[in-house]
Amino acid sequence: MTTVLALSGISKRFGDIIANENISIALRKGEILALLGENGAGKTTLMSILFGHYTADSGTVRVDDVELPSGKPRAAIRAGVGMVHQHFSLAPNLTVLNNVMTGTEKLWSFKSDTAAARTKLLGISQRFGLSVNPDARLGDLSVGEQQRVEILRALYNDARILILDEPTAVLTNIEAERLFSTLKEMAKQGLSLIFISHKLDEVMAAADRIVVLRGGKVAAERRVGETSKAELAELMVGHRVTRPIRDAATPGAVALEATGVTVRRGGVDRLKDISFRLCEGEILGIIGVSGNGQAVLSHLVSGLAEPSIGNIRLFGEPLANLGVRALIESGIGRIPEDRNNEGAIGEMAIWENTVLERIWTPAFSKYGLVNRKAGIAFAQRIIGEFDVRGGRPTSRTRLLSGGNMQKLILGRNLHVRPRILIAAQPTRGLDEGAVAAIHARILEARKQGTAVLLISEDLDEVIGLADRIQAIVKGRLSPPVAAETADPRMLGLMMAGEWLQSEEAGHAS
Amino acid sequence: MRLERRAHRPLFLVLVSPLIAVAAALAIAGILIAMAGAPVLEAYWRIVTGAFGTRLAATETFTRATPLILTGLAAAVAFRARVWNIGAEGQFYVGAITVAALGSSTLAALPGPLLIPTLFAAGALAGMLLMLLPLWLRLRFSVDEVVTSLLLNFVAVLFVSLLVEGVLKDPLAFGWPQSLPVSERALLPKLIMRSRLHIGLAVAVAAAIIVHLLQSRTVFGLRTRAAGLSPAGAAFAGVPLGLTLVKVACLSGGLAGLAGAIEVMGVKGYVTTDLSPGYGYSGIIVAMLANLHPVGVIAAAVFTAAMFVGADGMSRALGIPTYIADVIVSLSLLTMLVALFFTQYRIRR
Ligand SMILES: Nc1ncnc2c1ncn2[C@@H]1O[C@H](COP(=O)(O)OP(=O)(O)OP(=O)(O)O)[C@@H](O)[C@H]1O
Ligand SMILES: [Mg+2]
Repeated sequence: MTTVLALSGISKRFGDIIANENISIALRKGEILALLGENGAGKTTLMSILFGHYTADSGTVRVDDVELPSGKPRAAIRAGVGMVHQHFSLAPNLTVLNNVMTGTEKLWSFKSDTAAARTKLLGISQRFGLSVNPDARLGDLSVGEQQRVEILRALYNDARILILDEPTAVLTNIEAERLFSTLKEMAKQGLSLIFISHKLDEVMAAADRIVVLRGGKVAAERRVGETSKAELAELMVGHRVTRPIRDAATPGAVALEATGVTVRRGGVDRLKDISFRLCEGEILGIIGVSGNGQAVLSHLVSGLAEPSIGNIRLFGEPLANLGVRALIESGIGRIPEDRNNEGAIGEMAIWENTVLERIWTPAFSKYGLVNRKAGIAFAQRIIGEFDVRGGRPTSRTRLLSGGNMQKLILGRNLHVRPRILIAAQPTRGLDEGAVAAIHARILEARKQGTAVLLISEDLDEVIGLADRIQAIVKGRLSPPVAAETADPRMLGLMMAGEWLQSEEAGHAS
Repeated sequence: MRLERRAHRPLFLVLVSPLIAVAAALAIAGILIAMAGAPVLEAYWRIVTGAFGTRLAATETFTRATPLILTGLAAAVAFRARVWNIGAEGQFYVGAITVAALGSSTLAALPGPLLIPTLFAAGALAGMLLMLLPLWLRLRFSVDEVVTSLLLNFVAVLFVSLLVEGVLKDPLAFGWPQSLPVSERALLPKLIMRSRLHIGLAVAVAAAIIVHLLQSRTVFGLRTRAAGLSPAGAAFAGVPLGLTLVKVACLSGGLAGLAGAIEVMGVKGYVTTDLSPGYGYSGIIVAMLANLHPVGVIAAAVFTAAMFVGADGMSRALGIPTYIADVIVSLSLLTMLVALFFTQYRIRR
């Protein structure tokens, strides 16, 4: 088979961090290549160099045996390279069609040929089974659909090589499966693909070949048939990883209780009459397809939304003031779903991000004056304790790789054991080693009596950690089931809202 | 060749970028001077001597720099928190007219050590109130404060004009539209005898240092920066967004109002509708030249004032219009924006 893409001898340093060191990878026509590696291993950097977002310090990128000029995304696009970023780069206020067309039109032509574009888009979507409504406003689409638009945009630009950076991090299992069948179809039609993932299952299922990066170097290269999940995990991290196992525990007193809570925003009930009860030393898992109200639920218990109807009790006391500060003072740790927007402020220093939410405590400020030294020392401890790599306390937070930023957020919440932990998608985008470490941390906190509300789209995670499980569907919560009695099939039905129908039928009769 | 975002902004670059920007602006303006048929280097030398060459010139430059420091600070603190206060000119005027009204009233009988601080506070308060209106509109109705604060400038100037031709009109001014003068005792002591330079300069410099400490050392400073950089992130961390912006607006409007108060009490003693040659607007340029850094504002204000004062001398000697000063100052804003860009990005081949 012919080689369509060849990276050879790519190296890239950021200051004293070596992100890529002498990496050579070849991609053949019709092949799906998975790129694996720990958080901060240099995967995104390598793909950014390939696409021209970064300029390599040395090494070349050749497409069809023609060298790409370095640092020119346009040249990459013209050569047939398409990229789907981990953070989408689409405009939410434009339609699907307009989003797909932007960047392809000439700046000096006043007329845009919408009809031709529409025909081309529909042709592509038919060919690969990627159905979309070209006139839908992007902001109204689910995350999975938005990603489809990202892919369509790349294909619209006649991409023959498609790069996807952690495409499934934000997708549900079902959406991910659909994505991979699309990718396989594309490969069959002669496209070549590279995708980055931390999920070994899907790597084993979808890829033809796997390249493992470690510390910026190629650690190994395997054909799918000749390797196993265990071996890959070991290659990535350098040692064996196993997720910790939850042992039985008896829950204590009720820590957090919601009864009949409705949250109305903009005239719409984002949460409808939900009730749950969370005890000390217990993990309550909330599963669901993304976009069903998880964000509002985590806002509600993080102090960013108030119930319109119903009430919330914290350690038995009705909670009048649901402000962020009040919650933190009463010992609630919060891990937000959206780490880039809410969890951290990229332009601020790492130490500032670790102390901002408790800046009022005497440890970090007195008489309104910030104790910078204490803040830096605190950040340094978290960096050490939670293995945050790629930054010092005074460096800017945006320089951390996605997974390392997540570790930082976890660290500032778990450093002192919280009485209640709200964890929304806590391991999204983390490598297998980090997932295991975080799970161990959460279980450890549970053992010591922390009540954990785990909001996650990752079923394996919920099954592995939770004592009881509820599903969220269209802003409503299902009745809880004990984890022992749950199996994936049953949870699938719960997420599909089967209980809702029987509930509604119950109301009607 | 392409641009790549820098991981760190080298401190060295941040410090020299305004100098490079100014040099570039002078180079470009030099072309205009040459086209006007004057010797470029001599013209610039005349600006320097015109601004600093004599005792009179230097004190005049610093007198002009005083309100610019304060309006520059007003813009810098607001912009840092992404509050776009374009209304410093109006806040300057309401600060000034408030001082004229109170300083010429029975309040002027207050004991000396109390009178001046009271008038400072009153001027600042007036500026604050004028800035709170646009901020309230933004928080309550999401109205862009760029537009409202800008338009309020015209409202404020017209209001001042109404007063100086009406209730506050000085009957002894031969019919000129000017306000009643403030009491002798409300006039600021001179910093240097037999010049116009007054202790307002010291107040402005002190204000810059206080603002710097506020921003770099306090919880307020940290929260303001967080709120400016990422409202969602700040809200998640429990920063009270509305309250923080209100505080910023008060600080910003207050500084601009104080500038007006000091200008009345230090220089003229009364208010006319041409009290400010655009100090509020120039403050925005000063803030940008200073890269929004409060201490840098002092240097940027002195530079801007020197251009304006020095251009007079050059104009007289070489017959070039004084407008060249406006051109240089405006150009330096543009070159500064370019320079700022290159502190954040680098060119790679
Ligand atoms: N612009 C930058 N400036 C400085 N350091 C950077 C920059 N971009 C990345 N790095 C560093 O380079 C290393 C590799 O980062 P990269 O984003 O490629 O990791 P990754 O393999 O994609 O990790 P993850 O799985 O967490 O997304 C990290 O240590 C990161 O902190
Ligand atoms: Mg990455």
